[in-house]
Parts: sequence; C-alpha cells; structure tokens
Amino acid sequence: MSAQFMQYLLTGLTVGAIYALVALGFSIIFNASHVINFAQGEFVMIGGMTTVTLTAAGLPYLLAIPLAIAAAALVGLALEKFAVEPARGASVITLIIITIGASIFLRGLAMVIWDKRFHALKPFTGDTPIAIGGATVLPQSLWVIGVTLAIVLALSWFFGRTLLGKAMLATSHNRLAAQLVGINVRMVLFLSFGLSAALGAVAGILIAPITTTSYDVGVMLGLKGFASAILGGLGSGVGAVVGGLVLGIAETMSAGYISSAYKDAIAFVIILAVLFFMPSGLFGKRGSERV
Amino acid sequence: MNLLRVEGLSKKFGGVNAVEDLSFDIRPGSVYSIIGPNGAGKTTLLNLLTGVYQPSAGSIALGDHDLTGRAPYEYARQGIARTFQNLQVFFNMSALENVMVGRYMQERCGLASALLRTPRLARAERACREEAAELLCYVGLQDYLSAGADAMPYGALKRLEIARALATKPRLMLLDEPAAGLNPTEALELDGLIGRLTGRGVTVVLVEHNMRLVMGVSDHILVLDYGRKLAEGPALAVRNNPKVIEAYLGSSAAQDASIGEAIAGAVTMAAEMHR
Amino acid sequence: MLSRLAAPRTGGMLALAVVIALLPLVLSNKYFYDIAVLVGLNAIVCVGLNLLIGYAGQISLGHAGFFGAGAYGSAILASRYGWPPLAAMLATTLAVAALAFLVGRPILRLKGHYLAMATLGLGIIIFMVITTEDRFTGGPDGISVVPLSIGGFVLQGERLWYWVVGALLLLAVWLALNLIESPAGRALRALHSSEVGAEVVGINAAEHKLMVFVISAVFASIAGSLAAHYSGFVTPGKAAFLHSIELVTMVVFGGMASTFGAVVGAAVLTTLPQLLTVFEDYEMMVFGAVMMGTMIFLPRGVVPSVARLFRARRREPADHAETRR
Repeated sequence: MSAQFMQYLLTGLTVGAIYALVALGFSIIFNASHVINFAQGEFVMIGGMTTVTLTAAGLPYLLAIPLAIAAAALVGLALEKFAVEPARGASVITLIIITIGASIFLRGLAMVIWDKRFHALKPFTGDTPIAIGGATVLPQSLWVIGVTLAIVLALSWFFGRTLLGKAMLATSHNRLAAQLVGINVRMVLFLSFGLSAALGAVAGILIAPITTTSYDVGVMLGLKGFASAILGGLGSGVGAVVGGLVLGIAETMSAGYISSAYKDAIAFVIILAVLFFMPSGLFGKRGSERV
Repeated sequence: MNLLRVEGLSKKFGGVNAVEDLSFDIRPGSVYSIIGPNGAGKTTLLNLLTGVYQPSAGSIALGDHDLTGRAPYEYARQGIARTFQNLQVFFNMSALENVMVGRYMQERCGLASALLRTPRLARAERACREEAAELLCYVGLQDYLSAGADAMPYGALKRLEIARALATKPRLMLLDEPAAGLNPTEALELDGLIGRLTGRGVTVVLVEHNMRLVMGVSDHILVLDYGRKLAEGPALAVRNNPKVIEAYLGSSAAQDASIGEAIAGAVTMAAEMHR
Repeated sequence: MLSRLAAPRTGGMLALAVVIALLPLVLSNKYFYDIAVLVGLNAIVCVGLNLLIGYAGQISLGHAGFFGAGAYGSAILASRYGWPPLAAMLATTLAVAALAFLVGRPILRLKGHYLAMATLGLGIIIFMVITTEDRFTGGPDGISVVPLSIGGFVLQGERLWYWVVGALLLLAVWLALNLIESPAGRALRALHSSEVGAEVVGINAAEHKLMVFVISAVFASIAGSLAAHYSGFVTPGKAAFLHSIELVTMVVFGGMASTFGAVVGAAVLTTLPQLLTVFEDYEMMVFGAVMMGTMIFLPRGVVPSVARLFRARRREPADHAETRR
C-alpha cells in the first residue's frame, strides 16, 4: 500500500465518519417518523457554530461542547414540536418541503445571529501531525474516527439493550403495534429528533477544527449525509455507517487520483449508479408489494 | 380448447413455497373457483395469473399466448382483468373516471393528439364517458355516477372494481374475494352479477370464502392447501370429496367460516377508518 | 352535463387569459413587468412539473437542472457559437429531452425517498458540470446571452416579453389540461393512486412515467432557454438545488394536481422574495418560515383548499383530484 493511498484512506475515513454521523441522524428520524429531515445538516452547523461562540467567550471545551450539543438537541426537539408534529399525516413531499423550509429558516437565523464568515475551531489536542504507515494524520482526525466509533458502539448498545432503544426500534417496525403494547410513540418521535440533532451537532463540532465552519456548512453535509443514508438503505443503522464511509473514501480517492474539480459530484454519481442496480440501497429492505 | 393453461406453477418467498407445482386448465365460459383456507396461496395464485408476481417455475398461457414472465399490463392486453381483495381503486378520481381508465386499451392514443385534443379524441372521450356510465349502471352503481371514489362505501367500491375490470373487455375475469366485507344482501346480488358476466361470454375465476356463493355459481372448483392442489373437479364432485370435507368443509368448517367473517369485518372496519 | 364537466377547463383558461390581458393595467413600470415575466417563466416550469409531481405522483428535486441545462444550452450555442437563437433553443430542447429519456428509465423505477435522492443527485450533477466546465459556461461567474431574435426581429424589452411569455404560458396550460383529460392523463393519475391497479387494466406504468418526466423536462428546458435570452445573462444558481426546491414548493404551495394551482404557486412564490427584501437580513428566515407555515396549515396547497371551500356542498367529479398519501 503506497503512502499516498494510505493518506487518502485516512482522509476518506475522517470525512466518511462525519457523513456516517449525519446519515445516522437521518436514519433515526426516518425510522421513528418516516420523515426525511432535510434540516439535518443545520444541526451540524448549529453544533459547530455554537461551540465557536462559546469557546470564544472563554468557556473550556469540556463545558462548551456539551452546551452546544444540548443547544442543537433543543432545536431538534423544537423542530419536531412546532413543524413536524402539527403536519402529521401530510404527504411525503409536503413534509420534505416543511423540513427544507426549516433548514432555510435555521440558516437565515444563523446568518443573523452570527455572520457569513468562516470560523475556525481549535483542535481538541494540538495540531502536530502523526505519522501512520507513511501517511500523516491530524490528531483531530483520530478524534473524529474515535468518537464516531464510540458513538456507533453506544448506539448499538442503546438500540439493542435498553428499553427505550428497543421501544424506538419497535416503533420503527410497526407504529400501531408499538402503540398497542404501550409504547408512547409520540415521545419516541420527539426523542428521535433530539437524538438526531445531538448526533449532527457532534459531527459539526468534530469536523470544525479541520474544515472550519460557517452558517451554510450544513447544506452540503446534509445532502451528503442523506446520500449516505440512502446508499446504505434508508433506516438501516449499519447501512448509514457503511454508506457514509464508502462515500467519504470514494470521494477522497477520486479527488486524489482523478480530479478534485468534481469532488462534490462524486457522491451523487455513486448514489445514482448504486440506485440504478439496487433500488433500495445496499442494506435496504427489499419486500415485494402486497396487493 | 382451453382458455387458460397453467403448468407446474410455483412461487417461493424466501424459502417458503406459497404456490407449489400447480397445473390446471380453465375452459372458456365457465366459472372456475379457487377455495382454500387463509394462507393457502389463493391471492398469490391470482397475482401470478396477472403478472403481478413472477413465478419461480412453471408457465401460464392464455389461448395460444405464453404469458410467463410478462408484465401485468401485457396480461391485461391479452384479455385478463381482475379485482383486488385489498382494493386498488383510484381514490384520486371520480367513479366514472375509474371506469374510464378501464377503457384505456381501446382509448389509447398518440401523445400529440392527447396534447392537442384532436376532435377525434374529443369524440372518443365522449363515447368513453357514456360507456363508462353504462357500465356503472350495469354493476348497480347508478347512484354514484357523479361521486368521487373517496366518497363511496366499501361495497360500492368492490363493484366499481368490477366495472373497471369489465371496461377492459376481458376474456377472463379474476375476482379476488368479491363477497368479503359485503352484507348478505350485497353478497346475494353477486350471484346474479357473475351469471351476467358468463352470459356475456366472460370466463370467471372466483377466489372466495363465501361457500354459498362458490357452490351456487361454480362449474369447476380448485381446492388449495399450503400452496398445493388438494382437489380439483366439477363443483359437485369437490363438494363430496372426503379429503376436502375433512380438510376444509368438515369438522372445522363452522370455525373457519366464523374466522373468515371476523377477518372480513376487520377489513371493512379498516377500510372505513382509512377513509 | 357535459358542458358543466368541461367548465373547469374552458372557464379556467378564459380566466387566465383575462388576467394576462388585464394585468398590464396595474403594471405601472418596467420593474413590475420584469417580475410578471419571471412569474410567467416559472409558471411554465411548474405547469410541467405539476404533471410529474401532482398528477403522476413522481417527485423530482432536480428540475432546476433541466431549467439550467436549457438556459446554458441556448446561451452556449447562440452566444458562443453564433447559432440562430431559435435553432439553438430547438437543439437544446431536443438534447434535454434525450437526456431525460435516457436517465428517466432507471431513475423512475425508484420510489419515494429514493426517487427524491436520485433526482436531487441528477440536478446537482448538472449544476456541478455547469460550474466546473468554465471553458463553455463561464463557471460560477455565469455567461452573457444574446437577445432572442427571430429572422431579423429582435425580441427586447419587458413589455414585449410580457406578451410573448403570457401567450406561451396559456399554451402550456392548454397543453397540460388537454393531456390530463386524455386517456394518457387518466393513466398518469391512475398510477399515482395505484400502480398495480393501473397495470392490470393494460397501462404500462413505466412508459407513462417516462413520458411525463420527459414532458416536464422539456417545459423546464424551454423556460430556461427563454429566461436566458430574456435576462441576457445566466449564472449556475439557475440550476442549483435551491432553485429545484423553489420550483417544487411553487407546485405544492399552489396545490398538487391542480394546473391553475401551479400557476398561482409560481406567481406567489416568485413575487414573495421581491416583497421580502424589505426584511433585509431577515429575508431568508422569513422565506423559510413562510414555506413551513403554508405547508403546515395548507398541506393541500392554496387552490385545492379554496376550491374545497367552494365545493363544500356540491361535488364536481371532473376536477376533484387530490392526493391521498
């Protein structure tokens, strides 16, 4: 394995981990409500920007980060309460427009609260590159990959072992049946938005030291997270993570070896190519329609 | 000459055989009923016979045409029409338009004449509308000539599907549990309707739990159990077949009927709620 | 009875024609004419997009891509290579139709959110090609476009364009209404409600979806070409994701499966940003809030909601078409 390949792989993993976190957010909300939340990218922005503001105000990371995550989660809960819940039963396309409206609203709000400039966040633990297999990697990249891994493990424990997690899973499989066994599905829906928003915020905070952040950073990250979730198969947790990593690595590789001009387009070319052959994504359900 | 010939038909879902190695022929002008307990594979068979499902093995031929592996619209174009147990009514249209959609194969025209609405098309449309209205009356829906499909009761929707299927001018008509969810009076009217269909020269395949209806109208009966043929033959012979009596009409018949009714009731309720 | 059934078509066309004819009475300056022309162009796109989304029930989050392709095709052929504008527009339209035909078949096999993703991706890819291939397109800075000339006659000025676009909008609405009330149009509405139900009466659903996808792409492309010649300049923003969203919002805001709704949606949402400029920095926030609010409180869209009020007692079968999802 050449050093250059290793370099691209590590960069791809870093980017892919962020996509995976955003994609997990899409999947969690989709499972609970069958809504595609196009405002998912804004949670990423809110996480990053809030941390920037709080640290600039002198707060240490240990305090600023939890506060920023909490702020994003609150926005997520508010989104569910005031925009999604009142529109229950609306068509797929209506819900898509509502969440896109929400994302435009949040972006506009961010522009008013903050500004249109790029903001850098200090790396968590310095910026001395570390050499791995001939490639160099920023400590922040290791943070991204490590934290993502920890979150994935925590989520699989949460959905597999805890009562609340199982309730959320049950709701995603059959809302009516879940309701019948006494699960408060409204609460599940509500919490799923909070959880997804928190995940998005974590992604935004993790990546901000590497790529900087700004009021509109959520647009592309949101779309690529959606692409990752679709690539893996909507609603599949494993799919979201694999989809994110595949897109991140493919994007970095093609930018490195082919052309960086079309770096942002690669994700969409891949998703179209995959969907042409696998209309339900890599890990999506493939049930035949019952009539 | 048989109208429909089915040979060695199988359908697997995952590892489960929903339909296994079925062969039978249907004579033109007859009423051919398919009965069997819930989960016996009756609806799967209908889905296979209309191209909605693709068979895992076997062949389906209508007259001289081998239809195996074709799309549903190709089955329709060869003259097979059907109704659905779970209604597939076009709820975004009026009752009349639902039936007009059924006239699609006769009405179909080029894109240019559709966009420009040529006088010829306008005339054809008027004729189509009138024919659709006639069909609605034919199935007893004269009260719903100007109704939206989403404003019609369950029993009327079942007839609407029959009218739509008839509009395609089929040679073979498959009815999937037409009596389910109907009240006894409505169910009784089905006998007459099926009789009128065969009178028009339409061959009827009937999937039904209502034994009174099945025994009253059928020429031939196929009994399915776990996707396999349990018995087949003229209605009277099947009725007296000991295997059938034991497996289906026998000691558990009463129980079966009550379960069937309970399910039909639930379906009606669900449909009402859905509306 | 027949004349009553036909009323929504002829009556609506007549009303639209009257509005277009009388609007100049209140258009007191060039700026208002300019907005009216933009409304007309967006309305043409929306009438086509509504056939796809509202009637056939197939979502597209990438139609700005076709609009942009139309605009840039005309711009490049007419301005860079000196083609006569009408020939450039014709060639561009054919090319966009061919593109839609080729990608439409695999894309339209997808359903729901997967279809949304694929169309979104298609739009973004077109956008990125436009931004990146700056040798032809001028890149992010855009490209200037020669005015539309037919023979020796140069079509210039907001007032003249107003009448041209007005006439074309009427034509687009007429074509769309004809299609909807034809066997093919009924087939589209049928497959929207139940694809299997449509197939078993002999309708080839895939073929019809492809047909309406190509038609809607052609409407968008022609409007894009016209917009390029009208404003004399195109930027990649015309092909961007946000523009796709604006177009879909216009359709849904006006009311899905309502051709006149698409026109109303285009009119309101094209004018709204002009009004919102008074909010300055808060413009984006207000726009997002309006989008959310109307969809929450009027999920069926404006025109069907209003029509429903009028029709509360007596139902008219011919034009009631609402989505049930």
